[in-house]
Amino acid sequence: MAEANYDLVVVGSGPGGYVAAIRAAQLGMKSAVVEREALGGICLNWGCIPTKALLRTSEINHLLQNLDAFGFSAKDVRYDAKKIVERSRKVAKQLSDGVKYLMRKNKIDVVDGEAKLAGPGKIAVAKGGKPVADLRAKHIILATGARARSLPGLEPDGKLVWTYREAMIPPAIPKSLLVVGSGAIGIEFASFYHDLGADVTVVEVLDRVLPVEDEEISAFARKSFEKQGMKIHTGTTVKELKRAADGVTATLEGGGKTTSVKAERVVLAVGIVGNVENLGLEGTKVKVERTHIVVDQWCATGEPGVYAIGDVVGPPWLAHKASHEGVLCVERIAGLNNVHPLDVTNVPGCTYCRPQVASVGLTEKAAKDKGFEVKVGHFPYIGNGKAIALGEPEGMVKTVFDAKTGALLGAHMIGAEVTELIQGFAIARTLETTEAELIETIFPHPTLSETMHEAVLDAYGRVIHF
Amino acid sequence: MPIEVRMPALSPTMTEGNLAKWHKKEGDAVKAGDVLAEIETDKATMEMEAVDEGTLGRILVPEGAQGVKVNEPIALILGEDEDKSALGAKPAAAAKPAPAAKAAPAAAASAPSPSPQPSPQRGEGVSAPTLPPSARGQGEAAAPPSHAGNGRLFASPLARRIARDRGVDLAAVRGSGPHGRIVAADIAGARPGAAPRPAEQQARPQAPLAPAAGAPRTAGAALLTKDQVLALAGNLAHTELPISPMRRVIAQRLTQSESAPHFYLSADCEIDRLLAMRAQANAAADAKISLNDFVIKAAALALKEIPEANASWSEDAILQWTEIDISVAVALEHGLITPIVKGADKKGLAQISAEMRDLAARARTGKLKLEEFQGGTFSISNLGMFGTKDFTAVINPPQSAILAVGAGEKRPVVKEGALAVATVMSCTLTCDHRVIDGATGARLMQAFKKIIEAPALLAL
Repeated sequence: MAEANYDLVVVGSGPGGYVAAIRAAQLGMKSAVVEREALGGICLNWGCIPTKALLRTSEINHLLQNLDAFGFSAKDVRYDAKKIVERSRKVAKQLSDGVKYLMRKNKIDVVDGEAKLAGPGKIAVAKGGKPVADLRAKHIILATGARARSLPGLEPDGKLVWTYREAMIPPAIPKSLLVVGSGAIGIEFASFYHDLGADVTVVEVLDRVLPVEDEEISAFARKSFEKQGMKIHTGTTVKELKRAADGVTATLEGGGKTTSVKAERVVLAVGIVGNVENLGLEGTKVKVERTHIVVDQWCATGEPGVYAIGDVVGPPWLAHKASHEGVLCVERIAGLNNVHPLDVTNVPGCTYCRPQVASVGLTEKAAKDKGFEVKVGHFPYIGNGKAIALGEPEGMVKTVFDAKTGALLGAHMIGAEVTELIQGFAIARTLETTEAELIETIFPHPTLSETMHEAVLDAYGRVIHF
Repeated sequence: MPIEVRMPALSPTMTEGNLAKWHKKEGDAVKAGDVLAEIETDKATMEMEAVDEGTLGRILVPEGAQGVKVNEPIALILGEDEDKSALGAKPAAAAKPAPAAKAAPAAAASAPSPSPQPSPQRGEGVSAPTLPPSARGQGEAAAPPSHAGNGRLFASPLARRIARDRGVDLAAVRGSGPHGRIVAADIAGARPGAAPRPAEQQARPQAPLAPAAGAPRTAGAALLTKDQVLALAGNLAHTELPISPMRRVIAQRLTQSESAPHFYLSADCEIDRLLAMRAQANAAADAKISLNDFVIKAAALALKEIPEANASWSEDAILQWTEIDISVAVALEHGLITPIVKGADKKGLAQISAEMRDLAARARTGKLKLEEFQGGTFSISNLGMFGTKDFTAVINPPQSAILAVGAGEKRPVVKEGALAVATVMSCTLTCDHRVIDGATGARLMQAFKKIIEAPALLAL
């Protein structure tokens, strides 16, 4: 049985874990990652990346269905669900192999198996119940991620009721689909299946879709989805789910009314729970609250030498937040100066539905709730030349400034390619720019990014093109 | 072109420094991050790292040179594809003496002056500013001299705007952002009305003496020019002493302290038992634990009992510190500095004593590292060795309290209704009322007195 000493062992090789290991290697630490499945974790294998491949397909299908607008005509446009899934899996595999290469390049050992804390500075790795390695590490980072939450009565069965995993590898595109939960995951699947022709119904328990986004963005998104033909029920729960041979009948309850919806398949996307089981946390000072590991601002748990990062420590459940925590945690361990705790209001969030949604910082309501006096700017895509030329006139950018200091408190965007644009506002927030520098910045014409400039100008009563 | 290495500004208040030591010789290969030289300021000696790669072509300022102006070229580094010929003839800049003579009048404060030093100013020991308040970054303090040296101050746009709106002088703010950049959060803790910039001072040389209409937001004392002071003093005969960077920081910081509403609490502590214990310990262990070491430990333990007093005011929240780090005022020949005994509540007397001896010795030779005198959560100023009976000290912001310790002397005391003689040490606590209420301060003094008078508690 392998036995080795490390400066750092990372449990889990997702975007938190593998990035932490690479940063540690850069800082001269001898590092290893333990992974029970494929390198890259959920993000690369069952999340961010393969879904982006799928959404690219559905976007193309949407374009193909609207070729006429661009002067084309085509007959007999068809897709093959099997090939769509194959492409998505190939993309995931390529990225996972990429991580394998990065581990080799940085001389990071990869241990295949399930890790368990086995006393201070010790990790026991087992595969299929059989011990495979005992590792010793001065520092241990738990980056075990999270998985889909289940609801009583809606338990996934892999056939009729799917989690993101099954929804990512459909044998065929169902004619009708019920999506439970309208967060980023639910809405992306709703968009994907809708654009491939499924009749999609979305159920959300809260009063709006994409509930973490700004209220105006949620309202804009809902209107857009409904215009496309999705059915959306907010303030609604699934009271009962009857499973038949090839489909379900769901009883929805909302606003004092009950309705019945039939669907071939159900996607359950009602949040996630942290992977905190079987890690040997019992008897340690690692504290778990509501399935998430409790850490301080430097990602340290209550147990000396044990840290946790990413989804397993709580929201926002985003790959780039996990990576950032991985880096700051390792740099803190290495004793670097100038390490800064994560400011979650600087973490951008992106949803790759159609139209895309992206945001960073405080929503208008959150800013007001925090006592800020705000200046708010808006700019619609219809006022942007590039958006019209692209045939993407549907969208909006909203900015929220602190009226007193000019600090950019938040930016909220919906429309084509906003997920690529939001980084501009993310940089602005990290650099602590005020409206003055954003107004002063020269945005290239013609680009979608001009909408960002205009939304800033609008907050100060200076909008040009609307 | 060879790259010029210039005298770095190791803090925003630094105008000149001494070249204490070259770590590289002409001809040595230099990598970014290599220690090139040691630069000595009035505050400390700091290592200067190379930011460029190449070969040290020529040293322009020899080891031991005094009063080298910030931004003056001190060496030339040759790039990879350059040889010595690129250095040219002896450059004129190198031979030129410090250009102090033709510097603008504004340089008067830092112009070298051969004036004799005045008699020692004892009052200096009373207060204990943390120096310097604004050396940015920690390890990077000496980082990119090409930038820091040209007077550019790195601050985020938002930080600049908030500072302007609140009347905070950015030069007096320590940056916590990347590479010591000042970010908005750093301004939140800064006090408004810190000394105005020199430019501001010059802009109104004819300002009326009384801080009346048109006076800046600066709280407290009017800032008088030399001419104004001379006019007020009726042109008395005088000697002009240059204001060292350290002196300026002391002035700035303690003026800031004025914005804290102060109150004072005194207690007489009987120290006969403490002295006996000290004599015993020193005899048994061949140690040299000083009375002040006991005071440090006792103050730390008292703060542990009353954590509310181990805190700082900010406009957003009172920050109660987790660690108890005691700043101890050490008098220097021309100023003072406050090295810190970190986590003093957790350290034994022997360790505190050893650390303090080391810190004080290095303070006197200017060898303290930045982190050894920046920070601290509570201060102690002890003037007992000068025979001072009792005194009050000025708070060292952003701390909220300072303990002034007088001499231990035999005094008559009343014990069980009869006169007796005891060794008594008078201590006075200065508190910032925004953070510490009267009862809190009194409980801190009570805890301190209890420990000092029953020194067995120190061993617990």
